[in-house]
Amino acid sequence: MKRAIYILLSNPLSILGLVLVGLVFFCAAFADFIAPYPEHAGAVINFAFANKPPSAEYLLGTDVVGRDLLSRIIYAYQVALGMGLVVLLIAPPIGVALGLIAGYIGGWTDFVLMRITDIFLSIPPLVLALAIMGVMEPTLINAMLAVTAMWWPWYARLVYNITRGEKVEGYVLAAEVIGASKAHIMFREILPNCFPAIVTKMTLDFGYVILIASSLSFLGLGVQAPTPDLGSMVSEGTRYLPDSWWMTVFPGLAIMIAVFGFNLVGDVLRDVLEPD
Amino acid sequence: MSILNRFLGRLLSSMIVLIGVSMLIFFIARIIPGDPARIALGPRATEEQVTQMRETLNLNEPIIVQYGLFMRDLARGDLGISLYSNRPVITDLAEYLPATLELVLFAGVMMVAFGLPLGALSARYRGQWPDSLIRVITLLTVSAPAFVWAVGLVLVFAYFTPLFPITGRISDAMTIPHVTGFLLIDTLAAGRFDGFLSAIHHLILPAFALSLSGIGQAARLTRANMITTYEQPAIEMAQAYGFSEARIANRFAFKPSLIPSLTIIGLDFAALLGNAFLVEVIFAWPGLSRYGVGVILQKDLNAIVGTVLIISATFLIANIIVDFLVSILNPRIRLSENRS
Repeated sequence: MKRAIYILLSNPLSILGLVLVGLVFFCAAFADFIAPYPEHAGAVINFAFANKPPSAEYLLGTDVVGRDLLSRIIYAYQVALGMGLVVLLIAPPIGVALGLIAGYIGGWTDFVLMRITDIFLSIPPLVLALAIMGVMEPTLINAMLAVTAMWWPWYARLVYNITRGEKVEGYVLAAEVIGASKAHIMFREILPNCFPAIVTKMTLDFGYVILIASSLSFLGLGVQAPTPDLGSMVSEGTRYLPDSWWMTVFPGLAIMIAVFGFNLVGDVLRDVLEPD
Repeated sequence: MSILNRFLGRLLSSMIVLIGVSMLIFFIARIIPGDPARIALGPRATEEQVTQMRETLNLNEPIIVQYGLFMRDLARGDLGISLYSNRPVITDLAEYLPATLELVLFAGVMMVAFGLPLGALSARYRGQWPDSLIRVITLLTVSAPAFVWAVGLVLVFAYFTPLFPITGRISDAMTIPHVTGFLLIDTLAAGRFDGFLSAIHHLILPAFALSLSGIGQAARLTRANMITTYEQPAIEMAQAYGFSEARIANRFAFKPSLIPSLTIIGLDFAALLGNAFLVEVIFAWPGLSRYGVGVILQKDLNAIVGTVLIISATFLIANIIVDFLVSILNPRIRLSENRS
């Protein structure tokens, strides 16, 4: 653990990643204090200042109804991080539990659970979320559910593969010989050895959840107006290309900054935690 | 196991998975939204109309029977009528799928053509500055959704420097007879080489936007695989023999790493199919996306089920093809075939 932190702090790329991730969390946590126009996060209409390019007053310009883009981006980070947290609190435990059970118990349990996982994995990621959103109302909660539904199978696969490898290791046999329960072996013996891979994947996935969520709302199937959301902001802005380029470019860059940050940290973390 | 057996085995397991997908999506479409008849008719329909609709859609049967009926129709190539277009879903899919497939395949080619060499270059100079540079670039490409790349590319290469067209599949002035729906094939079949060039010209930006994150993935993967290969004794032997670094990189490190890379790239095809939705919106590409988003907003259940099924089927077929290619490329599998 100490070594991991040391390497994270000695690699310029991961420092950049930590700074970016820190910036995003800072924006989300203190949005009320740092957003220049906090009221613009809502349904404010201010036509006198509509469609203004970046200026000293509106650093990143304004949108079609005159709201400050910087303020909306800062608040959109709250939504994006909330989404990431919820999905990554629900999906990994489900996937990890199923992967452990399928991998350790084996037999029919393995066959059934992993075929179900395969089915979810054979629907292209965005398409499954789209289909689920298609039959439900487009709200933030439903978007979280849809993304969670497409996310857990990846953890099931990951943990399944590790479990299959660990199952034949000496320490598992030893625990079996002294009569430890299956639950104990799965969750106390094998699970800790899955943690490095799970933690790495969760770090990388935080960025990808933000990416997929913004894609859903870009298509009009995620968070609904007036809640500020990076994907819907890009989508709105595309109608005013190329003259009002700032309406799409800045929210787009905002997505990129957040995802890039998580990717940088995750990438270095992978080198540290999974040396092979 | 011979290549043919392997192929048939894959085909069979893919069919089973596809049936599973049909169940999953059918049940999602039937269970979650409440009354499909009510959704189909809209809030203004009378009770009587809804009752009648429930009858025609077989909604009064148990769900297992409903699924059975759905599969019976599917076996006849009937996915029901789309409420969005008032046409059979299968007709709609046949019309929109080729444009999407053309885009996705072109993007897939770009992904391999740029991703593998980038990854190989990175591994060849591992630990030196070209490697760091490529690592950062590839990490950046996977850090933005395809629609952000699409917007960026359109702004720079279509609006600010008008090198490429902004929207569409082919120059408006050209009419190409519809044969396969794949413009690259139809233009050539019609002997219209100018049309072929125009279609390629229209494909480049959207396909590049779509493939960017895939290029990053492919490059990172190739790098990782090659670096593993570099640690093998064969490389040391080649160095001892005095082969040039370039030759070692190409012949001894890149080629053995190709097979695992290709397998994973087949899986990345799923991302291309999904992300095509995002890119098509920006480029007003007349593919499955506009239709897909349209039917989703209309809660057109038949069409949603049909769209998801066709996309998943495409993905599974693509993977069978990749698996087949890999087994031809892989000397271990190929040679065991000849020996038996």
